[in-house]
Amino acid sequence: MSKPASYWRLRPFVYRLEGSRCVKCGHFHPLVRKVCRRCGSKNLERDRLPATGILRHFTVVSQAQQGMEKNTPFIVAWVEMDDGSKVVAQMTDCEPEDLKPAMKVETVVRKIKVDGESRLIFYGIKFRPSA
Amino acid sequence: MPRISDAAILGYGCYVPRYRIKGYEMAKLWGKSTSELPVKEKAVAGFDEDTVTMSIEAARHAINRAGVDPSKISAVHVGTESKPYAVKPSGTIVAEVLGLSRKTTSADFEFACKAGTEAVQMVTALVEAGRIEYGLAIGADTAQGRPGDALEFTAASGAAAFVIGKNSRDCIAKFEYATSYVSDTPDFWRRSYERYPMHGSRFTGEPAYFHHTISAVSTIMGENGFSVNDIDYFVFHQPNVKFPLAVAKVLSIPLEKVKPAIVADQIGNTYAACSMIGLVKVLDRAEPGQRILFTSYGSGAGSDSFLLVTCEGLERRRNLAPTFDEMVSRRKEIDYSTYLKFREKIRV
Amino acid sequence: MRVYVGGVGLTKVDEHWERTLTELMAEAGLSALESAGLQSVDAVVVSNVFAESLQEQVNLGAYFAEVLGLRGVSCLRVEAGGASGLAAVYSAASSIVSGLNKAVLVVGAEKMSDATAEEAVALSSMEEPAEYIASLGVSQLAEAALIYKEYLIRYGLEQEDVAYFPVLGHEHAQTAPHAQYQFKISVDTVMNSPYVAEPLRRFDTTSPADGAAAVLLLSEELARKLDSPKAVLKGFGMASDYLSPFDREDPVEMRSINFAAQRALEMAGLSRGSIDFVEVHDSYSFMAPLSLEAMGFAEKGYACHDARKGRWSLSGETPLNTFGGLKGRGNPVGASNIYSLAEAYLQVTGNAEKNQVDGAKAGLIQAVAGLGSYAAAVIIEEVG
Repeated sequence: MSKPASYWRLRPFVYRLEGSRCVKCGHFHPLVRKVCRRCGSKNLERDRLPATGILRHFTVVSQAQQGMEKNTPFIVAWVEMDDGSKVVAQMTDCEPEDLKPAMKVETVVRKIKVDGESRLIFYGIKFRPSA
Repeated sequence: MPRISDAAILGYGCYVPRYRIKGYEMAKLWGKSTSELPVKEKAVAGFDEDTVTMSIEAARHAINRAGVDPSKISAVHVGTESKPYAVKPSGTIVAEVLGLSRKTTSADFEFACKAGTEAVQMVTALVEAGRIEYGLAIGADTAQGRPGDALEFTAASGAAAFVIGKNSRDCIAKFEYATSYVSDTPDFWRRSYERYPMHGSRFTGEPAYFHHTISAVSTIMGENGFSVNDIDYFVFHQPNVKFPLAVAKVLSIPLEKVKPAIVADQIGNTYAACSMIGLVKVLDRAEPGQRILFTSYGSGAGSDSFLLVTCEGLERRRNLAPTFDEMVSRRKEIDYSTYLKFREKIRV
Repeated sequence: MRVYVGGVGLTKVDEHWERTLTELMAEAGLSALESAGLQSVDAVVVSNVFAESLQEQVNLGAYFAEVLGLRGVSCLRVEAGGASGLAAVYSAASSIVSGLNKAVLVVGAEKMSDATAEEAVALSSMEEPAEYIASLGVSQLAEAALIYKEYLIRYGLEQEDVAYFPVLGHEHAQTAPHAQYQFKISVDTVMNSPYVAEPLRRFDTTSPADGAAAVLLLSEELARKLDSPKAVLKGFGMASDYLSPFDREDPVEMRSINFAAQRALEMAGLSRGSIDFVEVHDSYSFMAPLSLEAMGFAEKGYACHDARKGRWSLSGETPLNTFGGLKGRGNPVGASNIYSLAEAYLQVTGNAEKNQVDGAKAGLIQAVAGLGSYAAAVIIEEVG
């Protein structure tokens, strides 16, 4: 994502976990959707995921990735948010040994990566253990 | 008269990253004395942190204490000497993440370590003039010291934020008075495109930090007819622990009025955030009705000095976000090589 | 109307530093045409995933026609992530069933050696929703690790149990002349390899590979006229699912794989018991047992136990990945499914040589895009 606009238009989700919630079945989708992927309803409203959840699993990624070459190792977590939605994001401010499944986590905004070409700094949601 | 008639701190918050490096780690690497370290240890921002992310954290705490709707906050001013972008405001990112009003005035201020209190000056003035209902004044830095330089022992990371609005009974502290004292004094500087600042070594003391701090404090006390006895807490900028204590000695201020604001021993010099975090620590323990004299210092050089009186809302709001002590208690010690990695001092 | 395979062409899967993508495509395509004794086709279809990223090349259909010397034929390129190959076959077969074409040459080609390891991680993540997975700094590799962890815990399995699948892949690849890794490994080799995203280890994943494979699809009428060995594509099943497994009710439930296999078997009119061998998409080791279970070839959580009993070996009850699968033969992404289909053709025509499954009459080839966002299954059968 080297184009500024392609990152910029994602701000509602990557900064604030905003998206579209189905009024009929309650299913949440990141960003804007016209149709609920779960029940097919076209009645969706803008909503925001809760800022806290429960850690289901985490993995320590040691394979470096483009745009985050100097960031290894880092932790990626599967989190069940308080509304039941699942979010996968990096974990920060913790070591793997601090983490246990079912522990409470909260969202925080951090640097995700620095773009290789335009050198934009991409900020976005990560998780950390709740205080 | 620079009296402030209607602007108050409605919410305050600080952020200290969890990583610490001991002065000893640096001293042994560079073969320096480990017996006279300027601070015991300093706070280091993590790999994924910068002035923007730390500002967001501090501002979130301040908003939680203020209990104001973020969409009614229409000024975000960030004072820093380590803005992630040379051109692109930090404040707009903070505003976007926190869901502040789009009708927001925002700029990054630069005045070395007093950039944060320049943001306070700006936001109090906007509130007083009735231009905005609420505003955020933030001081934040991921200060950089050249490896091996004396600054490396103290240059630390942290942020503090204040939600400022009109006076009310339920506010945290009312601003009473503000003054500034500046002169062209090249004690510390960083040219464009340079990674690390330069400094005048001992020149940063007497003609710089001490002259400006003491001048600002004397001015504000004199113009208000106050003596040391009228002030319950003094908050100073802390390039190290020794300097603010030396100011207290010169002005005959009892140490118990200065020490509650000392944070540099635990986290180092967080530059634009430094004196603001000192104020946060005082607000964490002050009682309503106490007067605080809060003075920053920024190289280049100058001091902003403010008089504040704490109000009824302080005790209730204090517990709505983490205190300085709670922030500092989340602590993870790192070694020098991790420090180099986190602060991107490894050139590849 | 039935669709026949009348010839295949395979290049060795390798890091082909000196050879271009089109050179590899041409070699596979010409070899497939030659094996069927055909000079030309009505259309060519290219399966490729990353050429615009890695070789800065689009418009591969026309380029393929050009390098084959088939100026003027109809052409297209298909991309459906890891299942691109079978999606290309589906598209080509549809054009034959519809009567639009009588002979279509499908080539799968990819040159992953042009990517660094760091780029390869980012490339595979393009199969996941970029807007909210990659944008948060999450790779497919990390997602796969999380699913693997849940799979292990849910079914009380150890990494050693799953490690049997890479071992099996290498075992079958050692006698496959076109395979990338023609050597055996042990469970210890897998277990001693470093973590890339724990519990995933280096040997649980595939490595960058270049290669091209081609299959020649024919109408029944044309197939009758040609002398080459022929097989028939009896069943097709394709199914989509949400891009990110974590948006599904249960990320470990591979619904698309289940649907695809079910549809293919129904279309072919075959039961699982009459499938003689299975080619599955083992881009991550655990995807092999997960796929076998999702397709109903093993009970949930039991594919690894079946593996220990030898069920998936060449001489076993249901031989799996008979030329090594993505792990052993190699994973040139857009080409991988075409290799699988070509290998299955060699099996049912009795030309699999050292890798021959005795009495192989019907095989199922499965392919997966992402972590189950799209799955395809094709059933190939001998022509009796």
